[in-house]
Amino acid sequence: MLITCPYCGPRDVIEFTYQGDGNRERPQPASQDLDAWNAYVYDRLNPAGDHNEIWQHSGGCRAHLRVVRNTLTHEISSVAFARGDHKSVARHKTEGKS
Amino acid sequence: MAEYSAFSLLKNALTGNKDWKPAWRKPDPKASYDVIVIGGGGHGLSTAYYLAKEHGITNVAVLEKGWLGSGNVGRNTTAVRSNYLLPANTRFYEHSMKLWENLSHDLNYNVMFSQRGCLNLAHTPAQLDDFARRGNAMRHLGVDAELMTTAEIARLVPALDVSATARFPIVGGLMQRRAGTARHDAVAWGYARGADRRGVDIIENCEVTGFLRDGDRISGVSTSRGEIRARKVAVAVAGSTGQVMRLAGIDTMPIESHVLQAFVTESLKPFINTVLTFGMGHFYMSQSDKGGLVYGGDLDGYNSYAQRGSLPVVDEVMSEMLALFPGLARVRMLRSWGGVCDMSMDGSPIITIGPLPGMYLNCGWCYGGFKATPASGWCFAWTIAKDEPHDINAPFTLDRFHRGLVIDDKGQGATPRLH
Repeated sequence: MLITCPYCGPRDVIEFTYQGDGNRERPQPASQDLDAWNAYVYDRLNPAGDHNEIWQHSGGCRAHLRVVRNTLTHEISSVAFARGDHKSVARHKTEGKS
Repeated sequence: MAEYSAFSLLKNALTGNKDWKPAWRKPDPKASYDVIVIGGGGHGLSTAYYLAKEHGITNVAVLEKGWLGSGNVGRNTTAVRSNYLLPANTRFYEHSMKLWENLSHDLNYNVMFSQRGCLNLAHTPAQLDDFARRGNAMRHLGVDAELMTTAEIARLVPALDVSATARFPIVGGLMQRRAGTARHDAVAWGYARGADRRGVDIIENCEVTGFLRDGDRISGVSTSRGEIRARKVAVAVAGSTGQVMRLAGIDTMPIESHVLQAFVTESLKPFINTVLTFGMGHFYMSQSDKGGLVYGGDLDGYNSYAQRGSLPVVDEVMSEMLALFPGLARVRMLRSWGGVCDMSMDGSPIITIGPLPGMYLNCGWCYGGFKATPASGWCFAWTIAKDEPHDINAPFTLDRFHRGLVIDDKGQGATPRLH
């Protein structure tokens, strides 16, 4: 599997570290909404199809990336910098496909 | 269908083996059942078996999308053990071990359960201390465990590199003698035959496409072979839990699906007579009765529903194997395959009533579902029949995450790929 880092170009997956589901929204640090914290920590969409996830190019430029990858085929449809994107980039809606 | 016995073996041998009957029927689905079990894997079949045997509920259908043995029950590496640290896990897996010890007799089907032991290798004094603690915790609950020295390990597994110059020198290990392996396909076939003989309908090539509702209550399923109604619908679909729950309108679960690869070499003469795990990486190995070395390592590390793995993990597993057994460098790998594991957020399973009325859920087996097969079905059948959990599976609820009652044996936190 190759991931095309916006800085470094296409690199083998072994250079990257998976940081997990990119759909989760972290509550504000001062939030006392336990349901929101529980959902953030434990609940996952886990789609069979396009999955919105965070990877770090830990063996390269070390940037955090937002990657949309198909969990059935491992095809990658988009890679972008993750910095500050929970505001600037629309949340990718994932749909189950089979 | 007749009992299998020495006499039936002899009789059929004398008549040219022409009179053996299929081990289970191929019925068409009825319009309704008392219980529908979705998923004809090890856990679904054992659930149906114990519903019939322990609770007298025989009007049961097991619905399988493919054919029996096509999912995880045919993709695992057959190890059986109960060497856990936390009491909830130890009690559950030890219940399973006790069922394993009598399973061939109970099913009248040889599942080739072999108590050849399971040895966890330690590579640092701290790791050995940790194993001593786990061994003590096990013995407190009546499970066998013993610490082994390097010299004892060298006698037990002569091919292992126990020298001081090994990449990760071995300082000892924790052995559970009663652990071992079983023939995975025989487990599926034995449970299928046992359930079928008690009247359970096992319906293959029947994919569930939706749930039927009566008000807010689940009252059946729609399938590729028509609608089937039931008072109780039990879900035991391992790697497909997320997809099946989405059919019921539940979009998020405390689960991620990951792929785990396994490998087998060409057949060798007897090489290793225990299940062995490596303590410095993620590697485990045993030898099948046919002679192939069966081994595997870590998850690929990212969500996947593909029943195949990636090359970096192949590379890592082979490196770990050679760090332990330099003598295997020229042995050829025969096959590799992948299974989809539903990794829960604390590494422990979920066996529970709900989450919807009329529904029962069995999932979150991570990559350790095979050894749990008997107890999983036994506890799930109890929960379905009595509408309450048995003491043994009471801690394994779906809401334990939100209630702060996680059962995290490895202490990894909510990062499923690390369990």
